[in-house]
Amino acid sequence: MITAPISVPEREHYLNASYGLKSWLLTKDHKRIALLYLATITFFFFLGGLFAVMIRLELLTPEGDMVQSETYNKLFTMHGVNMVFFFLLPAIPAVLGNFLVPLMIGARDLAFPKLNLASWYIFTIGGLFTLYALLSGGVDTGWTFYTPYSTTYSNSFVIATAVGIFIAGFSSILTGLNFIVTIHRMRAPGLTWFRLPLFIWSHYAASLIMVLGTPVIAVTILLLAAERAFHIGIFDPALGGDPVLFQHLFWFYSHPAVYIMILPAMAVISELVAASARKRVYGYEFVAYASVAIAVFGFLVWGHHMFVSGQSVYAGLVFSVLSYLVAVPSAVKVFNWTATLHKGSIALETPMLYTFGFIGLFTIGGMTGLFLAALGLDVHVHDTYFVVAHFHYVMVGGTIMAYLGGLHYWWPKMTGRMYPEILAKLAALTVFIGFNLTFFPQFILGYLGMPRRYHAYPEEFQVLNVMSTAGASVLAVGYLLPMCYFIWSLRYGKVAADNPWGAVGLEWQTLSPPPVENFDEIPTVTHEAYDYVSLPNGSVTPKKEAHVR
Amino acid sequence: MSEHTISTKSYYLVFLALMAGTALTTWVAFLDLGWFNTPVALSIAWTKAMLVVLYFMHVRQSTKLTKLVAAAGVFWLLLLLGLTMGDIATRGWLGSPGK
Amino acid sequence: MSAEAHGAVFHAPRGHQFDTAEQQKDASTLGMWIFLVTEIMFFGGLFCCYLVYRWLYPAAFAAASHHLDVALGGFNTAALICSSLTMVLAVNASQHGKRGALIAFLILTILLGGVFLGVKAVEWHHKFVDHHVPGPSFLFEGPDARQAQLFFSLYFVMTGLHALHMVIGIGLLTVLTVQAKRGKFTPEYNTPVDMCGLYWHFVDLIWIFLFPLLYLIDRHAK
Repeated sequence: MITAPISVPEREHYLNASYGLKSWLLTKDHKRIALLYLATITFFFFLGGLFAVMIRLELLTPEGDMVQSETYNKLFTMHGVNMVFFFLLPAIPAVLGNFLVPLMIGARDLAFPKLNLASWYIFTIGGLFTLYALLSGGVDTGWTFYTPYSTTYSNSFVIATAVGIFIAGFSSILTGLNFIVTIHRMRAPGLTWFRLPLFIWSHYAASLIMVLGTPVIAVTILLLAAERAFHIGIFDPALGGDPVLFQHLFWFYSHPAVYIMILPAMAVISELVAASARKRVYGYEFVAYASVAIAVFGFLVWGHHMFVSGQSVYAGLVFSVLSYLVAVPSAVKVFNWTATLHKGSIALETPMLYTFGFIGLFTIGGMTGLFLAALGLDVHVHDTYFVVAHFHYVMVGGTIMAYLGGLHYWWPKMTGRMYPEILAKLAALTVFIGFNLTFFPQFILGYLGMPRRYHAYPEEFQVLNVMSTAGASVLAVGYLLPMCYFIWSLRYGKVAADNPWGAVGLEWQTLSPPPVENFDEIPTVTHEAYDYVSLPNGSVTPKKEAHVR
Repeated sequence: MSEHTISTKSYYLVFLALMAGTALTTWVAFLDLGWFNTPVALSIAWTKAMLVVLYFMHVRQSTKLTKLVAAAGVFWLLLLLGLTMGDIATRGWLGSPGK
Repeated sequence: MSAEAHGAVFHAPRGHQFDTAEQQKDASTLGMWIFLVTEIMFFGGLFCCYLVYRWLYPAAFAAASHHLDVALGGFNTAALICSSLTMVLAVNASQHGKRGALIAFLILTILLGGVFLGVKAVEWHHKFVDHHVPGPSFLFEGPDARQAQLFFSLYFVMTGLHALHMVIGIGLLTVLTVQAKRGKFTPEYNTPVDMCGLYWHFVDLIWIFLFPLLYLIDRHAK
């Protein structure tokens, strides 16, 4: 695929090029910044997970016996805020995207390395504000901050949390801006748009949403804080303000934000499917365009969160119809991945297990999304556990599955070490079983009418709730395992080859871990992405005998 | 990107047009045009904005990509305004207490 | 002349990630435009609130708008347009390596921006005196007092955020002036001047819409 000579004399790479805390905190290397993000979001993930554990423990019994209802409100709010704003949104773009976008397009770094480092600091400061709110007593508005409760009635730390999210939003904007400029201006010679890996296409689409949507949530949160602090009336019905307007502005960002979380996950899955099946992704162009289509259509559907909020029924009708549009490009992707797997020589390594998990769970999450987009049915299941189960299938079953799959797949590139395969397979299986045990019962609970956001429930729901809590503990083990063996592998893991999967793609043509400037010589690209026919085994020189796995 | 093609003279011309537009929009605001006042005010503002974007911000000479980026900003703003108003403007139609 | 001779000492500082200075300039320009798009959407949220409430309460908005001073608002619009002219002339001067002209135009732009902010402060002061600041002390005569408060809330948020952008702009221009004095900019390397110019024009652009939307509602009615 490339003509760069691979010289492996003295092994200096980005991890050992310099040492000390300062060399990390002041680094402008996108690979190191990715690792900084990895550490930060892992912290927020387990913090958010801790809240989830407490929620599930409370729901083990029908009575509200472990925590007060006020505390419970804070638990689910802090779970949502942590997971959405401080884990899911940055998870794949800021860690895997940051690490891989320059490597995949044959660039030495992102276009604006200083902005990239700034984005991590901004993110961390935003996180600290939210932590402060949490330690001082928490927030109880739900992660959606609906007015007028959040502006007038809540007695919790709304403003501190809002400021935290406002600040963190700018890190998202900077990341998106950096990716768009990098993908436009920094591609290696010969790397045309339709030779780009689908990982890049999806990240480009997600970056569009970050840039176009995030400013709106920023100004909305600013208005929310101003309203709460000074009672200026913007969302206050007593002054003629419209609380539903807050929901419009909030969901204008927060619905597309779902695609900021899922598009990078789809980016990872496209890579893993191609590498595991050793085939070009079926209908490459359609999958590429589908990414952009999801980003654009994603902005047209936000009103489906507001069917029962007092929104006009006519607007509801339009939003309902438009919501079905998003299903088309999403389905294109799912079908094309499965078509790629058809007759592929599939290697069942850990990343592929997560890929299978993603495709199945995302399909369930997506299909139940269609139920919720249907105006009539949504009135029935709105604000029940059906909704909770739906978005956890997309966010956890989709995004986190892909994140873990991607982390396993690129771990050797990032660290130069292999993870322990058998343990990893066990963990993948644990996650899959734990996840389904946790969230599938919630579909049934919701359909039977159990509302979300209550700390107590009627006794007839207990069996399903016990299943869900049991599943959550299995899931917790499944998440702790990878953290342990990833850390273990840093020291004791098998030393990884430069291209352990025999994959094509520029990131596999450089060393593991890559040198500071990624490539000894910027490669020239002569093949389309995933060209396993002329480049079997991902080898640099084409036409070696086919490698049978 | 050849920014050198705009002469200083055209900057002054654009400046005069912008000042004239400001005077015009203020004057028109004091005339009673019925519902037409707002569209006129917005059209003048839009014209002034285009002058600034095309000449002062050099979009006239820039790449297609820059034009596309600028247009995308306006398009997405219209999405936000349009779909939100789709709700606000039709809320009263059914005559239900939904408003 | 001396500017050029001096400028020649400085080469365009190029990041290691770029192959050519041109690629770097292209990347900066694209990045700046994308940033401006985020600014459009940032103010867009406010314009959305404005549109909704003006649609719902046209009479209250007209009545409240009549309490703004068209003369001061118009003067400020003119001041900003003048500052846009001096800014574009500053960019032009930097492209032709005219260091003296660049510094003069930058300082003029800063001064005009300062005039705008000064007048704005006077206007805000009037609002404080007249109890038109939203909150417990808000006073408004007329049938639409409550909704008029909405207008003034939006007025303060919109002009306040606009003024904040002006303050940031003036800060950037001050840095540019210092750098220009040190001869940092040459006909080959003037990207920072160019980028600040884009930002300054954008802030002007927002005001071009704010002026008719806030000051000129149904003026003929009174």
